Amino acid sequence: MPMRVRFGWLLAGAAALLVLSVFLGRYPTPPFLPPRLLESDPLAVRLVLTLRLPRLLAAFLTGAVLAVSGLTMQMVFRNPLVEPGFLGVSQGAAFGAALAILYLSPSPWAVQASAAAFGFLGLGLTYAFARRLRYGGWILRMVLAGIAVSALFAAGVGLLKYLADPLTQLPEIVFWLLGGVWATRWANFLPVLVITLPALLLLYLARWRLNLLTLSEEAAFSLGAAPGRERLALLVLTVAATAAVVSLAGMVGWVGLMIPHLARRWFAADARVALPASLVLGGVFTLLCDDLARTAVNGEIPLGILTSLLGALAFVVLLASTPRTSP
Amino acid sequence: MNTLALEVRHLSFGYQGGRPVLHDVNLAAEAGSIMAVLGPNGAGKSSLLHVLLGLHRPWKGEVRFFGKPLSAYDRRSLSRTVGLVPQREHVPFAFRVEEYLLLGRSPHLGLLAQPTASDLEVVEAALSRLGIAHLRGREVASLSGGEHQLVLVARALVQGAAVMLLDEPTAHLDLGNKHRTLALLRSLAAEGRAIVLTTHDPHLAAYLADQVLLLRAGRVLFGGPPQEALTGERLSELYGVPVRVAQVGSRPCVLPQ
Repeated sequence: MPMRVRFGWLLAGAAALLVLSVFLGRYPTPPFLPPRLLESDPLAVRLVLTLRLPRLLAAFLTGAVLAVSGLTMQMVFRNPLVEPGFLGVSQGAAFGAALAILYLSPSPWAVQASAAAFGFLGLGLTYAFARRLRYGGWILRMVLAGIAVSALFAAGVGLLKYLADPLTQLPEIVFWLLGGVWATRWANFLPVLVITLPALLLLYLARWRLNLLTLSEEAAFSLGAAPGRERLALLVLTVAATAAVVSLAGMVGWVGLMIPHLARRWFAADARVALPASLVLGGVFTLLCDDLARTAVNGEIPLGILTSLLGALAFVVLLASTPRTSP
Repeated sequence: MNTLALEVRHLSFGYQGGRPVLHDVNLAAEAGSIMAVLGPNGAGKSSLLHVLLGLHRPWKGEVRFFGKPLSAYDRRSLSRTVGLVPQREHVPFAFRVEEYLLLGRSPHLGLLAQPTASDLEVVEAALSRLGIAHLRGREVASLSGGEHQLVLVARALVQGAAVMLLDEPTAHLDLGNKHRTLALLRSLAAEGRAIVLTTHDPHLAAYLADQVLLLRAGRVLFGGPPQEALTGERLSELYGVPVRVAQVGSRPCVLPQ
């Protein structure tokens, strides 16, 4: 099947899933809201407009951003095992969220702002450490510094969990750490959109250049790139977008690692194709998981559990069936 | 044909906080000529290529391309003038040969640009020029050593650089591929490119080069035509082991003593 046709099918599938998801849910009875009800039931209309729509879009956006960030980071670091939370962003955001729940206020706003701020702090610390390390090349230093910073924040999260009130605060921290977009309203979704859309657009425009940065330092340089500066610029974009969605959705694992592999396998390694494919696939996968999270049981399965479960399973299946030579 | 394509004067270089790697290196290469840089491991051959490429700034001295100092070129115009053919390059993603070669057009395209049909035509031309059009759809990682080397040369062709730097272009090739590469480099030079390559093989230098630069511990031991450079005395000094050079036909042949 030609690439364009295949991509067309993917887009059509994504659009169909978005529409379907609007009607999927446990009101009035699981698993489906009859479309007719929107004409007669004002509660159904309000539910769709104020709760379900922002939530769907948040789930899609979260997946899209994590997948595109994952792809970008894998290419910038020339390492297909990297994921967007690495470099201290995810653990930093987790620490920020837990801190806000414990000492600021449990309002989604405070948690989100604190998570975003600490996500950035995580990257800043990683960068500062990496500059001071006297060992290995640029990539290795960033990776090592990222591991160290993540471990520091993870320890901090552990401490905060230990200090938290086990009846009120701890469940909230745990639920945040497990990830989910249940708390999304337009008011906390729009600021995330304002950060992520320009970042996604810039990454999309730079997608061919991304290929160049996967070459060795000297080859990329000889082809006119300024590898250090261009890599840093792309990293800042991915981290800004990732911190924004993590602040909203918490820890949503495996999307950023697995989806880029899937996109490369099903489409092409060339980022001209792999980047838009990752965007749509990431959105579809996360939306599907969120649909499952809110309709499967009476209550709510944390989104991060589903993405990790299904993501890891898909990853294993993907790697076990190896039609192409490299990841 | 004696346009001076590359000129290096009193070049000294070392890595940050390290010892100097190159001392007072002088060389000149004309358009249409091939220069082979010969020397033991750690002599500074690769560092020399990287300084010529502009990747590292020299401590002292000057590099000029076509009379214009390297420092006066901006990134894009430099990358259209000087191209690198690295040693077999590891790419962690499954690019196809065509996509890989398109990257050679980067110096001609803007930061956020996408290659167009005319860029693809340049790639096609390079593929058929090297007789590897059948590799177009193959994944780079699946290529053999010889095929990969040809693809890397093709990328430099796509880049369109008048000065080509090759880092040990025949290091991993069998005899057949080696000879094909040598013939190719000759024809590329005959079209007016200046070629500088590093090698561990004195025979390759003897066969291919118009000029040989003997580099030891960052210093130029000798620079000149192969007949004068590749003598038993000079090579013994260069590698620190006694070697004998016999003449086979008109070519020097290096033997252990």
